[in-house]
Amino acid sequence: MAGRIKIRAQKKGDVTEVKALMRHPMETGMRKDQAGDPIPAHFITEVAVLHGDQPVMQGHWGAAVSANPFLGVRFAGGEAGDTVRVVWTDNQGGTGEGETTIR
Amino acid sequence: MTTTYSKGISRRGWLRWTAILGVAVALPSRVWAAVARPEAAFGATALDDALAALGDAPQMHEGIQFTTPDIAENGAVVPIRVEVDSGALPNVSKVSVLVEMNPNPLAASFDIPPGTEVYIETRVKVAQTCTLYAVAEADGQLYMQSRETKVTLGGCGG
Repeated sequence: MAGRIKIRAQKKGDVTEVKALMRHPMETGMRKDQAGDPIPAHFITEVAVLHGDQPVMQGHWGAAVSANPFLGVRFAGGEAGDTVRVVWTDNQGGTGEGETTIR
Repeated sequence: MTTTYSKGISRRGWLRWTAILGVAVALPSRVWAAVARPEAAFGATALDDALAALGDAPQMHEGIQFTTPDIAENGAVVPIRVEVDSGALPNVSKVSVLVEMNPNPLAASFDIPPGTEVYIETRVKVAQTCTLYAVAEADGQLYMQSRETKVTLGGCGG
């Protein structure tokens, strides 16, 4: 299951601002469905933001990050046209990836 | 004397190529290993245990700007922002966000390489009205800032 990511990277002065919106249920594993059966935990555990091939941020997430997670980071440098990628993996082996260019 | 293999690569040349390839293959995994997931802190069910798993007792630091809503109508989606002024607190390499009353207080932890601004925006679940903590690690020492957020609808339902 690969999830798509809405991602935007914008140069603001010396820094590049990245905003990413991922689609993911982020289930804690503590909720029950209508039949009373527990809903298994399903959440993003690792997320990384890359400028070209260079990681500019790596996040480790627990189930307490909200569903359809939003992430905003800023890094120095980056030129218009450079590639910025956001990648994630979840606790069930799912992955997601999104790519954009800085503008 | 040099042993020559069939394709004309000397033993020494072969060894050199193996070494270069080895480094190239090992590099990405080293990058990931350097920023290992803080499993113990994620597993902790009490705030103090989670903080202890992150490092030595954090000191309050005014250089950490931690923004959360005073009142969150929906605890399932609470926007937070952590910003550290590098002039006030330099060399921050990690930022963690903890929610005191959540089943597992550690919500997220971020590794920040040099060159990246210490600026993180995300949204977390907050089970009930409680204090949120932003913990920054700089030069091996932990610093923190806290904010209380009132929750009118808990974050467990959705």
